[in-house]
Amino acid sequence: MLEIRDLHATVADKPILKGLNLTVKPGEVHAIMGPNGSGKSTLANVLAGRDNYAITGGEALFEGNSLADLEPEERAQAGLFLAFQYPVEIPGVSNMEFLKAALESVRGAQGKEEWDSVTLLRQARAACKQVNLDASFLKRGVNEGFSGGEKKRNEIMQMLLMEPKLALLDETDSGLDIDALQTVAKGVNSLRSPERGIVLVTHYQRLLDYIVPDFVHVLSNGQIIKSGGKELAHELEEKGYGWLTGEEESA
Amino acid sequence: MSQAELDKLIRSNYEAGFTTTVDTETLPPGLSEEVIRFLSAKKGEPEWMLEWRLDSYHKWLEMTPPDWAHLHHPPIDVNEVSFYSKPKSLDDAPKSLDEVDPELLATYEKLGIPLHEQEMLAGVAVDVVFDSSSVFTTFKEKLWEAGVIFCSISEAIQEYPELIQKYMGSVVPKGDNFYAALNSAVFSDGSFVYIPKGVRCPMELSTYFRINEANTGQFERTLIIADEGSYVSYLEGCTAPQRDENQLHAAVVELVAMPGAEIKYSTVQNWYPGDENGKGGIYNFVTKRGVAHDNSKISWTQVETGSAITWKYPSVILRGDNSIGEFYSVALTRHMQQADTGTKMIHLGKNTKSTIISKGISAGRSSNTYRGLVRISPRAENARNFTQCDSLLLGDTCGAHTFPYIESKNPSATIEHEATTSKVSDDQMFLCRQRGIDPEKAVSMIVNGFCKEVFKELPMEFAVEAGKLLEVSLEGAVG
Repeated sequence: MLEIRDLHATVADKPILKGLNLTVKPGEVHAIMGPNGSGKSTLANVLAGRDNYAITGGEALFEGNSLADLEPEERAQAGLFLAFQYPVEIPGVSNMEFLKAALESVRGAQGKEEWDSVTLLRQARAACKQVNLDASFLKRGVNEGFSGGEKKRNEIMQMLLMEPKLALLDETDSGLDIDALQTVAKGVNSLRSPERGIVLVTHYQRLLDYIVPDFVHVLSNGQIIKSGGKELAHELEEKGYGWLTGEEESA
Repeated sequence: MSQAELDKLIRSNYEAGFTTTVDTETLPPGLSEEVIRFLSAKKGEPEWMLEWRLDSYHKWLEMTPPDWAHLHHPPIDVNEVSFYSKPKSLDDAPKSLDEVDPELLATYEKLGIPLHEQEMLAGVAVDVVFDSSSVFTTFKEKLWEAGVIFCSISEAIQEYPELIQKYMGSVVPKGDNFYAALNSAVFSDGSFVYIPKGVRCPMELSTYFRINEANTGQFERTLIIADEGSYVSYLEGCTAPQRDENQLHAAVVELVAMPGAEIKYSTVQNWYPGDENGKGGIYNFVTKRGVAHDNSKISWTQVETGSAITWKYPSVILRGDNSIGEFYSVALTRHMQQADTGTKMIHLGKNTKSTIISKGISAGRSSNTYRGLVRISPRAENARNFTQCDSLLLGDTCGAHTFPYIESKNPSATIEHEATTSKVSDDQMFLCRQRGIDPEKAVSMIVNGFCKEVFKELPMEFAVEAGKLLEVSLEGAVG
């Protein structure tokens, strides 16, 4: 479903991705690991279409369509979801209002049945429960005054409702304590299905104890320099990234 | 979102910009004693009213336009303004809706003003002022039963002279300021409301103002008196056709809240703002003020999206002990619009309380200024004020300014002031778009969220209208 070939991309005109190749098939969970500044988050943001993140060479195809041709909202409507590393606040816009607009747009575009307000509320409450968020969060402004952990869980709650075809999680584990990490992992695992692809971007191996990936890739200097199974993550945990990148790093 | 996309979004059209072909009787431009005498005679006014107007005129002659506001415009030449324009078919005032010129009714229908049966359901009594004359007041009888007087100010001068003589000018004196003095001399029409003691007005009262003729000024005057222990909620809406010239609008609104009374005054102002190069648009110079007696409450809520220039400070004089003043405002400027708006809360009584929530949104090359005064007089023991001024910038070619003035002469006062300036951030836009929400909807949602605290003060139907108006104003517009 995701086919990335020789992808080059810049952030504010600075080259970050330098010939990246990656294929994600339905049902697979891929983990992208790598030292700080290797381009992990850039990859997630390029795929989602953030401003100032430009594809300058190669291609990224999602279900056969070039992502470069699609606006960010069209990518979302096509079933691509990004769980943000730093979810931003939108004061005064309630979570519920936000979810309604998002789901109307995405479900509409995918020809799924429209949810009336009762169904929406029921589904949203169930999703909140799954990530241990009190239902009162639905009435609050999007991420407004949420703690770091609540913001991350709010992202996963949205993801559960949006039922994406491809979920990108950008350092979702950062800043989470062990309980929150388990909650988030449980949410993500519940989404694992033969039709769905999941890409986890993470610096640390510990998330992968709870969401066990099918493939692990090491990103360094804008390229994938090593790929392997889940055992690669453990190797990285022991040895750090230095043995692969040739640089000293205390991970 | 890039500047280009922003620009595209801001360039939406003014939906109320059509003109209506109605036979009118319009006075040639210019102002003199003769004009005032003509105007007064035309309305068949009593001698005292003419004297009042002439006195105002002479005061006005001595005055100069205020120059302290953060506004830039060429001097306004009142000799280019016509001070009287009236649809001819109103000469014999209509007794029922059937007698109202169908062209006029069609205009109001286009504006979405419910004049016919719909508003029966809505339960809103409407007074409509077209150019200078009041067209029709609906629901007169039902209000009459409750003892409520809701009519045009012209009618009130004839029918209730003792109330007019007692209260007109009691809140905004004839010589208060340049524009108020001008209005006092030439005011054409407007609404009059009287709520008797202890009566809770059974429905929302509403006035729609429309400037139609070219080169006319509109000088309406509204007077609302809520007698002891009464309650009224009053709504005001305004539009004007799209014209290349600037048109002058100088209104005066006076509110009197007697002991224990409550007046809630809401405005949705959508005068033509001019085009993206600043051509045309209404010059809106308005004096709005209320006096709150013991234990009474006056609440102003305004949503301002129109006018090339807005100069407007709905204020409350907290004269009585325990009186409450509130000001909730959303002011949106785009294109080349300039707004200098805010409020004055004058605390005279003990235990008086005021709240100011102001939300300014600027886009395009516009300038949006909040100007507010909180004054605590020496005998205003335990006065309290809370002020919150938030500015939201869309793009990087607009400006937001805040001028809060605080004068406290009583050490027991509590005054709080909070101010923020923010931008619709790229991150917020990206979050919305990543969830499948298109940029226009996203901006509208973010701006509406920003205004939520003010919108929730508006009556239900009006809140929906205000939200839509904001959406339309931002359409194709802000990203």
